[in-house]
Amino acid sequence: MVTLQLDRVSASYGRQEILSEVSTPEFQGGQVVALLGPNAAGKSTLFRRIFGMLKGGGHVRITGARTATPVAYMPQDTGASAVLSVYEAVLLARMQGRGMKVQNEDLAHVDRALEELGIAALGERDIGNLSGGQRQLLSAAQALVQEPEILLLDEPTSALDLNRQLGLLTILRRLAEERQMLIMAALHDLGHALRFTDQAMVLERGRLITCGPTDQVVTPDLLRRVYQVEARIEPCSRGLPQLIVEGAV
Amino acid sequence: MSSEASVHPGLLGGRAYYRALVLRRQLILAGLTLALFLSLCTDLALGPARYGLEEVVAALFMPDAVSEQVRVILWDIRMPVALMALVVGASLSIAGAQMQTILSNPLASPFTLGISAGASFGAALGLAFGVIFIPAAVDYVIPINAFLMAMLTSLFIYALSLRRGVTIETIVLLGIAMVFIFNALMGLIQFFASQQAVAAVVFWTMGSLTKATWPKFWVTFGILLAVIPLLVRHGWALTAMRLGDTKAASMGVNPRRIRLEVLALVSLLAAIAVAFVGTIGFIGLVGPHIARLLLGEDQRFFLPGSAICGALLLSIGSVLSKVIIPGTVIPIGIITSLVGIPFFLFLVLSHRKSAW
Ligand SMILES: Nc1ncnc2c1ncn2[C@@H]1O[C@H](COP(=O)(O)OP(=O)(O)O)[C@@H](O)[C@H]1O
Ligand SMILES: [Mg+2]
Repeated sequence: MVTLQLDRVSASYGRQEILSEVSTPEFQGGQVVALLGPNAAGKSTLFRRIFGMLKGGGHVRITGARTATPVAYMPQDTGASAVLSVYEAVLLARMQGRGMKVQNEDLAHVDRALEELGIAALGERDIGNLSGGQRQLLSAAQALVQEPEILLLDEPTSALDLNRQLGLLTILRRLAEERQMLIMAALHDLGHALRFTDQAMVLERGRLITCGPTDQVVTPDLLRRVYQVEARIEPCSRGLPQLIVEGAV
Repeated sequence: MSSEASVHPGLLGGRAYYRALVLRRQLILAGLTLALFLSLCTDLALGPARYGLEEVVAALFMPDAVSEQVRVILWDIRMPVALMALVVGASLSIAGAQMQTILSNPLASPFTLGISAGASFGAALGLAFGVIFIPAAVDYVIPINAFLMAMLTSLFIYALSLRRGVTIETIVLLGIAMVFIFNALMGLIQFFASQQAVAAVVFWTMGSLTKATWPKFWVTFGILLAVIPLLVRHGWALTAMRLGDTKAASMGVNPRRIRLEVLALVSLLAAIAVAFVGTIGFIGLVGPHIARLLLGEDQRFFLPGSAICGALLLSIGSVLSKVIIPGTVIPIGIITSLVGIPFFLFLVLSHRKSAW
């Protein structure tokens, strides 16, 4: 099974250090991990560092991977205006490093990724005139089609409507279990984190503040300290934890 | 399947849609190739002595069936010029297509990076003051001058792009700066040169295919054939670059490396093309745009499409240069700009769906 562990991982842009010595316990395939933290905490930077687009101190330890490129990364910004259809844009992500010839299997994977994310009907649309949410789902499909063992998603739900947010998170949950995939997603909705993720790690100004099972990490105390909001967490009538925000501190 | 696909594209599954798309593009490429062949035959048929298309086709496929005189005129005199139009057109168009791709700029072309301007300056030094960079046969002195200056320009831009923190906007700005510098230097040359020399420089910068010979054709064609596979190898990566550097990198592409490698390759393509025929405007800009409208930006179709569109445009330009004023061959660079610009504007304005 694939595992991911960060060992004193650092990163900087130029001379400015953005991440300092982020260490985590070992995450495993099948888990969904929430990457939490306020704006500019370094979440995107951490993803880039794990994916290898940024170099820096410390080690990103990945073990048990079946393939040479086990990690896929869905970046935060997804705007582009090339003359490509949605189908082509997903195929493109699939074909990198695979030679010129498109195999039936590749097309099957594209079809599956589009269907899984509920955007099969968009296949023929130009990527230039998608809505923000559609672009985000396309971006997720581009990551999924690579059949990753570790999937890094940078704010995958930020442009989605409520229904699609829940839809995407439910799919991710299912994929993690079905394919023993390790999914790490940067989320701003702590309620979603409580409901859909097993583990949570919280960044603040480039440092890891806490990391552990989500229900132990996301507490009124954390909300006050990191997000400066006053909130309660109570079980709803069906026993699910509910986050009730009372206001900014 | 294909006819259904074009009637009800929305009702098909993704895979069927994709197959229909590929088939349609293959047909478009085949159609363009046919048009290219017709244009080549027309180009061969035109000149001081006019031939019928049947005669040209006969001379092409059964050289023994036509008279000695026709054979000599078609094969030895007109063929190198007509084929030069194709390879120069293809080279400039591919160069423009990839510059637009790697620089994310719809206006990028061999001109934007100062490659043409550099070539003109090199040629002008030779024509006006007899400056010779490398002694060679008289026919090659000016092309070598032009080529070396063009490569020097791209090398300079390449070296600057290697520096950390140089963005694609900076590269485009550097190219434009080079254009202005060379324009000023050209002005200086023309100010000091003799009247005759100025005329020669001006004529060179207008671009002309008439000096094409078989050896020049083979050199240009050889370079084109060598560069294409190197670009094809990066096909998927180049297509991904159109989604932006971050997105491309997230797909495992190293945008910086691809950009530098492709920059070097297309500089070579453009430099060799302009060195032999002089400044030929707009092929490197218009060719890729037409290909993009017809075929999209998947490099598997966009790259051959750009090549064929560029070749076709310059071949048609060559035909027009002979027929506009009978008995006179107007410099091809003037034709491509005069006819190319309005045609280009028409295309851009009539196509509301814009990629940029
Ligand atoms: N390319 C960059 N160059 C310099 N600084 C950057 C760059 N990208 C991000 N930063 C800085 O790094 C910090 C963390 O950014 P980021 O990782 O994007 O935060 P988050 O994703 O948590 O909002 C911010 O202060 C941001 O300004
Ligand atoms: Mg971010």
